[in-house]
Amino acid sequence: MATMHNPTTPQTAYILRLADNALILGQRLAEMCGHAPEMELDMALTNFSLDLIGQASLLYEHVLEREDLAPNVDALAMTRNLEEYRNCLLVAQPNANFAHIILRQYLFSTFQKYQYQALLGSNDKKLAAIAEKSLKEISYHIRFAQSWVLRLGDGTEESHEYMEDALECLWRYTGELFEKDEILAAVIDSGLSGDYTQEYKTWEAEVTAILSEAGGLTPPETLRMLVGGHAGKHDENLGHILKDLQYMQLKYPGLQW
Amino acid sequence: MVATVSVSDNHLRSQIFDLLCQVPDPEIPVVNIVELGIVRDVLADPQQVIITPTYTGCPATHFITQMIREKLDENGFDKMEIKNQLSPAWTTDWITPEAKVKLKAYGIDPPAMSADKHAQACCPRCNSTNTKLISEFGSTPCKALYSCKDCLEPFDRFKCH
Repeated sequence: MATMHNPTTPQTAYILRLADNALILGQRLAEMCGHAPEMELDMALTNFSLDLIGQASLLYEHVLEREDLAPNVDALAMTRNLEEYRNCLLVAQPNANFAHIILRQYLFSTFQKYQYQALLGSNDKKLAAIAEKSLKEISYHIRFAQSWVLRLGDGTEESHEYMEDALECLWRYTGELFEKDEILAAVIDSGLSGDYTQEYKTWEAEVTAILSEAGGLTPPETLRMLVGGHAGKHDENLGHILKDLQYMQLKYPGLQW
Repeated sequence: MVATVSVSDNHLRSQIFDLLCQVPDPEIPVVNIVELGIVRDVLADPQQVIITPTYTGCPATHFITQMIREKLDENGFDKMEIKNQLSPAWTTDWITPEAKVKLKAYGIDPPAMSADKHAQACCPRCNSTNTKLISEFGSTPCKALYSCKDCLEPFDRFKCH
């Protein structure tokens, strides 16, 4: 197996986190290829998957430009141990049903917009360019997911119930998105990213307004948000994703498309 | 900067541009990568072709780089480097008016300028704007699927991006 190193600077660790978020959600959405409720939705979800994996690929390349963590991008993306992936827990949550998929996308993409806007003034120009490019794609993801949150939440009694269940299940992962841990604090101090954690209330107001418009959906009272992904402490879902994601690279190391 | 570009440099640049105009988009072969705005610049010193991806995950990106490489090598420009530049991010506003005409003739409604992005889709077959969106996401990242309510044909629209 390829020699792998852990990031030695908070900057690289942070970019790796951005890359892992995009890769893992991209992989989750790719699972929907051929399985969405309609052909048009199938194309939309796989288009998002393509965008996210494209973003991940640029970010992994950039990680390797900053630090020599792995022999190549594929090895970095697909052969690390589970606890070395630093994505948030939300992106690994399963495709339980279409309501879950749409709400996960809506919560993540609205957050990702704030996170990437904070990179536009980064002292890392390459990272700022990746963010600028990605934000154009993120705006499609938000528009699509938001229209479906509204349609399902404000649809039939049954579709509303599905959305309620999705919200009940996924809301507890949103605290981690704006978590200011040591790595993010150092990254903000160094000028690599702006402090988007200050936008948490703005994000929350934006999202709860749409939820409320969606047939009066309300986020559940959550005493404790679930966190851990940023520190490599994942729930069982990531393991299931990696089983598929890593299969080819582990079976045939160095395999190229 | 312009003052330092010698006549021979200009000659080299126009030679390379001519070659790049022979490289078609792999998905939409009626248009080339120069008129799509993918080629951003050609530098003489250092010798570089600067390109930009349309969408981050577009599978055609790698293929386009390979096709440029082959075209340059075949014509003896093997020293010419290909450099990917992300910023400013690609926009459909860079597609030339000539290419938009070709897209339409090929059956794809060309993108509106971003200032006019809410313009109604126009059927490339009968020119009707009595059209409806079927799917915001189509067969490639850059296209959406529409249908014409007059001639009833479905068609692709190049998304304003």
